[in-house]
Amino acid sequence: MSSNRRIKVLVAKPGLDSHDRGAKIIARAFRDAGMEVIYTGLGQTPEQIAVAALQEDIDVLALSILSGAHMPLFTAIMERMRERGMSDILVIGGGIIPDEDALELKKLGIRAIFGPGTPLDEVVRFVRENVN
Amino acid sequence: MFDKLRLKEVIEEEERWDKTAVPRWLEAHPERKSEFLTSSGTPVKRLYTPGDVEGLDYLRDLGFPGEFPFTRGLHATMHRGRLWTMRQFAGFGTVEQTNERFKYLLREGETGLSVAFDYPTIRGYDSDHPMSLGEVGTCGVAVSSLRDMELLFEGIPLDRVSTSMTINGPAAMLLAMYIAVGDEQGVPGETLRGTTQNDMLKEFFAQKLCIFPPEPSVRLVTDIIEYCTDRLPMWNPISISGYHIREAGANALQELAFTLADGIAYVEAALERGLDVDEFAPRLSFFFASHSNLLEEVAKFRAARRLWARIMRDRFRAEDERSMWMRMHVQTSGCALTAQQPINNIVRVTLQALAAVLGGTQSLHTNSFDEALALPSERAVMVSLRTQQIIAHESGAADTVDPLAGSYCLEALTDEMEEGAMEYIDRIDGMGGVIPAIEEGFFQREIADASYRYQREVDSGERIVVGVNEHRVEEDWLPTELLKVEKTAERDQVARLRRLKADRDRKKVKGALDKLHDDADRGGNLMPTIIEAVKAYATLGEMCDVLREAFGEYRELIVF
Repeated sequence: MSSNRRIKVLVAKPGLDSHDRGAKIIARAFRDAGMEVIYTGLGQTPEQIAVAALQEDIDVLALSILSGAHMPLFTAIMERMRERGMSDILVIGGGIIPDEDALELKKLGIRAIFGPGTPLDEVVRFVRENVN
Repeated sequence: MFDKLRLKEVIEEEERWDKTAVPRWLEAHPERKSEFLTSSGTPVKRLYTPGDVEGLDYLRDLGFPGEFPFTRGLHATMHRGRLWTMRQFAGFGTVEQTNERFKYLLREGETGLSVAFDYPTIRGYDSDHPMSLGEVGTCGVAVSSLRDMELLFEGIPLDRVSTSMTINGPAAMLLAMYIAVGDEQGVPGETLRGTTQNDMLKEFFAQKLCIFPPEPSVRLVTDIIEYCTDRLPMWNPISISGYHIREAGANALQELAFTLADGIAYVEAALERGLDVDEFAPRLSFFFASHSNLLEEVAKFRAARRLWARIMRDRFRAEDERSMWMRMHVQTSGCALTAQQPINNIVRVTLQALAAVLGGTQSLHTNSFDEALALPSERAVMVSLRTQQIIAHESGAADTVDPLAGSYCLEALTDEMEEGAMEYIDRIDGMGGVIPAIEEGFFQREIADASYRYQREVDSGERIVVGVNEHRVEEDWLPTELLKVEKTAERDQVARLRRLKADRDRKKVKGALDKLHDDADRGGNLMPTIIEAVKAYATLGEMCDVLREAFGEYRELIVF
């Protein structure tokens, strides 16, 4: 992307999981890094997230989940995005996600999964280096 | 506490030492950091002396255990008499699996049950609701109707156990189901023992599992307090919770202050309802987190007891001493567990549990070392329960009452905790109380700032977390037997719910739900109506839908 445009990130919390500490921290880290950040708030369905991603014309979708429901929810989100032709968006995830699930999620097109203890700058750097 | 002249001498000597001996030593041996802080940001001094507790009045501020202001403990002999309740939170998969886990824990010597419900249940959705997809039985057990509750407690006589239920928005419905199971077992409400968390205020800014807006939420909380005061005298209708506030990112001081502010709001609501303070206040209970900073945590627990006793006596004019008791449950910190080198978490849990015991808790949950990776496996749960038993029987910490009292450092930290919490409470009062403060986003902002600051400190290395930003290893030793919830749990649960919906007396269900709607509009205590609906096998989702219509739904205020 051209360097004069700010990276636009949607931080989303799918499903019923209410652990939003990480989502809020990462949203703030993106903002402090000069990106434009929208945070959906809790309780978003895959459909709502895909619609928000389309309407807001985002570059990056950051999904956060700690409830264990990542497989069905992330899969549904990726399907909804594909249906709308949003394959150019960089999708990343974070939360309590076992390694074997992370491998599966990468096959779906989620580019990186960040677990507990990941430094914020590492996530910011990854986004900068991989955004389209 | 000290002879005035001798104290003056001590203070002068300390000044001399500070000006001469310390700089001399520092020249060749600099300290590790320019500033040492507690998690709450309070500076920790190099040394504490009698000068730091100059204003401490033993009888006024500490007193004796079992007596006002209860700083030293609620009971005269504390853990020498009865150990704290070892209560491990459990619940996952199907009701049958959770029932088995309960029986396992009871066999292993646990003395109280604690139920974790899954997200759909907590948010008032049935297992077959579209929002429940993927969440059924994942973070806890699904209970959509009385039928599920019957199976959950099958073979467990309710007059023999005490049961804590971590439930807030739909607390009235789950308590009604428990009462109904008691009825079926022939156990009357008068003998039911346990706790409903039923603390909605902290949901709006910490745990964020809300259904209805704040005002009707507090109405339901108060309905439960009123009903239990009348009919379930041994039940704790509420567990005013700092745990979630802390997990959301607050520091220890904020946890203490915001929890007490919530407590004040509930007492005010019950008084407005026309209850007498000494009728209901003895059954109010509290729930705190315990982190690894041992001294800060012990100070927090002691300050909490003293402050609550003073608030109840001076602000609410309570006369019964039990109204001034802050009975507490403590859980070690989930967010302090690391996914890196997880076996180290056993040590963290030990420190945190020790702080709770030294702080005089009535009840304790210890986390399992694998919980930053998954729900705890059976072996990890066993280690965490054994940790409590080792503290109880081997450490000596339970053999004398409030053993850290009189430590200059600890007493100074306790005073600072109390003062800091009072400042926050005054600010919240100034905003018009907890609900206006929630609507302004005050708590949300305070917590978001504290959690972001903490993360930045870890990232910069200012704050060391062993295994995460220091002392890392290339190859982590990972536990191999992580618990995985079987995918069939959701399917089985949904199938049972569908069968129930087909089999029950539909007319009866409809009548009960219509009555619930009418009563919600009319005002008055909803508990009896909800118990009727539960017994007609109306589902949790159906009852909550009725109330969503009557009360509206809460919309989150987004602050980050």
